[in-house]
Amino acid sequence: MGSITLSKITKTFGPKEVIPPLDLQINEGEFVVFVGPSGCGKSTLLRLIAGLEDVTSGQISINGEEVTLAPPAKRGLAMVFQSYALYPHMSVKKNIAFPLKMAKKSQSEIDEKVTNAAKVLNLTEYLDHRPGQLSGGQRQRVAIGRAIVREPAAFLFDEPLSNLDAALRVNMRAEISDLHRQLETTMIYVTHDQVEAMTMADKIVVLQAGRIEQVGAPLELYETPRNKFVAGFIGSPRMNFIEGHEAAKHDAHTIGIRPEHLTISTESGAWQGKVGLAEHLGSDTFLRVDAGPLGELTVRAIGDVKVKYGDTVFLSPDPSKIHRFDAGGLALR
Amino acid sequence: MATAHSKTAARLMISPAVLLLLGWMLVPLGMTIYFSLLRYNLLMPGMESFTGLDNYRYFLTDPAFYAAFKNTLLLVGGVLLITTVGGVLLALLLDQDFWGQGIVRILTIAPFFVMPTVSALVWKNMFMNPVNGLFAYLFQALGLEPYDWLGSAPLFSIIWMVSWTWLPFATLILLTALQSLDREQIEAAEMDGAGALARFFYITVPHLSRAATVVVLIETIFLLSVFAEILVTTNGGPGYASTNITYLVYAQSLLQFDVGGGAAGGIVAVVLANIVAIFLMRMIGKNLDA
Repeated sequence: MGSITLSKITKTFGPKEVIPPLDLQINEGEFVVFVGPSGCGKSTLLRLIAGLEDVTSGQISINGEEVTLAPPAKRGLAMVFQSYALYPHMSVKKNIAFPLKMAKKSQSEIDEKVTNAAKVLNLTEYLDHRPGQLSGGQRQRVAIGRAIVREPAAFLFDEPLSNLDAALRVNMRAEISDLHRQLETTMIYVTHDQVEAMTMADKIVVLQAGRIEQVGAPLELYETPRNKFVAGFIGSPRMNFIEGHEAAKHDAHTIGIRPEHLTISTESGAWQGKVGLAEHLGSDTFLRVDAGPLGELTVRAIGDVKVKYGDTVFLSPDPSKIHRFDAGGLALR
Repeated sequence: MATAHSKTAARLMISPAVLLLLGWMLVPLGMTIYFSLLRYNLLMPGMESFTGLDNYRYFLTDPAFYAAFKNTLLLVGGVLLITTVGGVLLALLLDQDFWGQGIVRILTIAPFFVMPTVSALVWKNMFMNPVNGLFAYLFQALGLEPYDWLGSAPLFSIIWMVSWTWLPFATLILLTALQSLDREQIEAAEMDGAGALARFFYITVPHLSRAATVVVLIETIFLLSVFAEILVTTNGGPGYASTNITYLVYAQSLLQFDVGGGAAGGIVAVVLANIVAIFLMRMIGKNLDA
């Protein structure tokens, strides 16, 4: 249970088309991440699936059943909001029990499900607390608890980790992935953070201006981006793009090379440049190298490389890892 | 900054204000208590004599006192009920998007700026008058007998007029509270399967409880001392049907020229107001804790 099909859906706000006709198939049990820059329509797309916004045209079906006009409650989906949207005047227990109470479940069933959810999410000792007394991570878990007790066809997450600090985010990322393995329910997850996308997804949907740029497994997008946008968006630090003479050598309008596929040397190499910024992290060194006509290139070297501002260095790209793009930005294969 | 020195300085600096406030409140209160212990009638100047608690005994055993006490509670309770319930409904209405929303919201507050005497006279002469009033006209148009509002239902009429003044106040406070309700909470409730009514009672009403508490507390303070509306419409009558304690104190001291009795009534009113305040704080004060 839990396949979702979007066919030719569009959404316009007044004269502004936010989502041009879009098709997408989400299979049962998949962890799908919508990723894209701010304002790319990924949250709108999620809200269309949830039923919180009406589609302008097109069809949405869940488990083969058309739900385009169905209200949110009838779609059997559960959502975790960016602000968590917990009910502040209810205890954790009542928050988690709320959807069950609305579904008019018996008190014994409600108690049992709430207890189970609390156990899974390590919330047992906080059941009588109010949301205001909890930390960010705990609130996040309550929001997830409220979603899982409904046993929905799919979970929708709207940037759920963006309000957490960096360390907690890594933990919650792992917890959500674990939860997905345990429940084996379809999950749709919206984020602007490509690290979250890469680490959690079975399938990434890269969006820009409401259009799907590419759909695929994380490494597929990393290794064979369909166009310049995906190439630049996936991977951190960003891919370096080089145009002009150097690109023409590879029969392309633009070539792209990832920072980790450049080898740095102080003696010899294909391209010469001067070190601008050097960030020594111990495990890695990130360098920004001013390579003259090629522009600024970012380089990632494993371990600590002993160079500093102003040093002259040589860079050599790994020829098998060079991405080629035409003038329209599409990848050449 | 919390050194012993700075604390002393702070106390010194706030003391003029505190002393002024204390004098401001204590002098009139002290004089009222003093007068309440005197046999003091304006028709017999210079004949004041100490009578102990007699004034209190007369005031409290006067049948008018019980009528006035009951009327005061009915007036306060009735207006609170109408303004909070009506205020929530109006706030829900004004929270919708519609053309001319800004103007309507500003106009909503207008009744609050009309002086009580003016609004009471307008209601008395233009609406509730059994001969010329709009209500009489409306009743006649429907083929009904005109109703003498102020004669037959004086307390209800006054509750109605006072509610008209205070409804905008409640509406605006509740509207701002409504606007601070997180949209995502409503959407979450929608996803959780709550219908419109369930969303209202489980999400909106609890969210409004704090603002409603503020409305109730502030209105109570002012409603315990409603006076102008009664003076210009019913004069407390017929009989004592629309006399509240404030009006009774006025009648005692300025219509019967009994300053001592009026002062005793004033002290009784202060005590009653405090009792009401304590009850209110007990009942709904916890809503104010964050």
